[in-house]
Amino acid sequence: MKKRQNVTIKGTKDGIVLHLDDSCSYYELKKELDEKLSENQRTQAEHQLTPVKVDVGNRYLNDAQREEIKDLIRQKKNLVVGEIESNVVTKAEVDKLKAENEVVTVSRIIRSGQVLEVPGDLLLIGDVNPGGTVIAGGNIFIMGALKGIAHAGVFGNDQAVITASSMQPSQLRISDCLNRAPDNAKNNDKREMECAYIDESHQIIVDRLQVLIQLRPNLNRFEGGH
Amino acid sequence: MGEAIVITSGKGGVGKTTTSANIGTALALQGKKVCLVDTDIGLRNLDVVMGLENRIIYDLVDVVEGRCKIHQALVKDKRFEDLLYLLPAAQTVDKSAVTPEQMHKLITELKQDYDYIVIDCPAGIEQGFQNAIAGADRAIVVTTPEVSAVRDADRIIGLLEKSNSIESPKLVINRIRNHMMKTGDMLDVDEITTHLSIELIGIVADDEEVIKASNHGEPIALNPNSKASIAYRNIARRILGESIPLQPLEEKNKSVFGKIKQFFGVR
Repeated sequence: MKKRQNVTIKGTKDGIVLHLDDSCSYYELKKELDEKLSENQRTQAEHQLTPVKVDVGNRYLNDAQREEIKDLIRQKKNLVVGEIESNVVTKAEVDKLKAENEVVTVSRIIRSGQVLEVPGDLLLIGDVNPGGTVIAGGNIFIMGALKGIAHAGVFGNDQAVITASSMQPSQLRISDCLNRAPDNAKNNDKREMECAYIDESHQIIVDRLQVLIQLRPNLNRFEGGH
Repeated sequence: MGEAIVITSGKGGVGKTTTSANIGTALALQGKKVCLVDTDIGLRNLDVVMGLENRIIYDLVDVVEGRCKIHQALVKDKRFEDLLYLLPAAQTVDKSAVTPEQMHKLITELKQDYDYIVIDCPAGIEQGFQNAIAGADRAIVVTTPEVSAVRDADRIIGLLEKSNSIESPKLVINRIRNHMMKTGDMLDVDEITTHLSIELIGIVADDEEVIKASNHGEPIALNPNSKASIAYRNIARRILGESIPLQPLEEKNKSVFGKIKQFFGVR
């Protein structure tokens, strides 16, 4: 009886795709992968680098295992690992992903000394008073006045934006960019319905709200309609 | 069963003690049985402002530590018939001498015998503040029309909102100088109220009479002719649930001379 193959190699025009079986043990898989790649190497005499995509099917690989597989492939000459694809994610990862894509609605006033932090987008119905801070992994939408500090895209999302009905922040932060209020700000010009975003030169720009329609089309989550 | 009201501000020097003394006095004038409690242990002032310093025998720490009964420590204000009492703070120890649990027990005990317990809170947000709010049912935040005082009031309101036992705090704006508000050199009442977004329960004009009265150990609320006194009496009536419109800040110059002064912008 012929043993079932745990590792299948397929060539595509974008490089090699390795299909790794998801029902055998991880140890077996590693051993066979090593063998397969070693014999394969001899037949290839090209000096070009070949990109490799790994498809592990319904197998969950933890970070250490992913590194192991990558190392194994990298050891062979001419092979570069692009990505490892798996159909499986852990519950923790999904929860995190879900939290990061959620809009959290908060209805209160963020007062001096208070910090409000959410993993995803923040919709604040209320004000941020001077000395108060709001932090979000995604965008920050403030229905009231922003007079304190707002930090959007805190995990490094440059696309994040901050909007406020009344924009008088002491500091604006998006991702790793920082912008503070001018020292001699005039209070008499009303700043209403404004947004802040990072432009091409990595600067925080404050502009009227409507420019976001052009600049950040991905803010639109509404599908369908006319 | 009475109600305990804490008078707090965060920042020092905005008039917590004066406000406590006058609200307490004004409530007593309305015929309520009031006990003033000074929780500023180590830096007591309320007894001085009330003119009761010489009569202190025991203090709050003595009560908490069981060296005397509550009624032994209470100082009676002779100006009122059995309506106004003061529980003075200790002067020899500091704020860590009392815990919030002990304060809560003490205030609960006082609530049995009095209609209103007015608690004078120390400045700051440390243990003294935690002690002062421990037994309170209501809170009054005092601020002045200065950015720093408003900032601290904001912080204090945040802390008060976190403690679930206290209903939403009320605001007193103290030391208002009308001419500075008009010229925009001072934050105006509307600005402060929208910023802090809590209910305004009173405004008190800056008045030299208040300082004079405090130095004489006589709360200004006892003097019916002063503007500040009326302001404090109005606050007391609003605490009792009456709805009274805010006093107009505009000074009506009745005399011809006053009108001429106003015309030339002299104050």
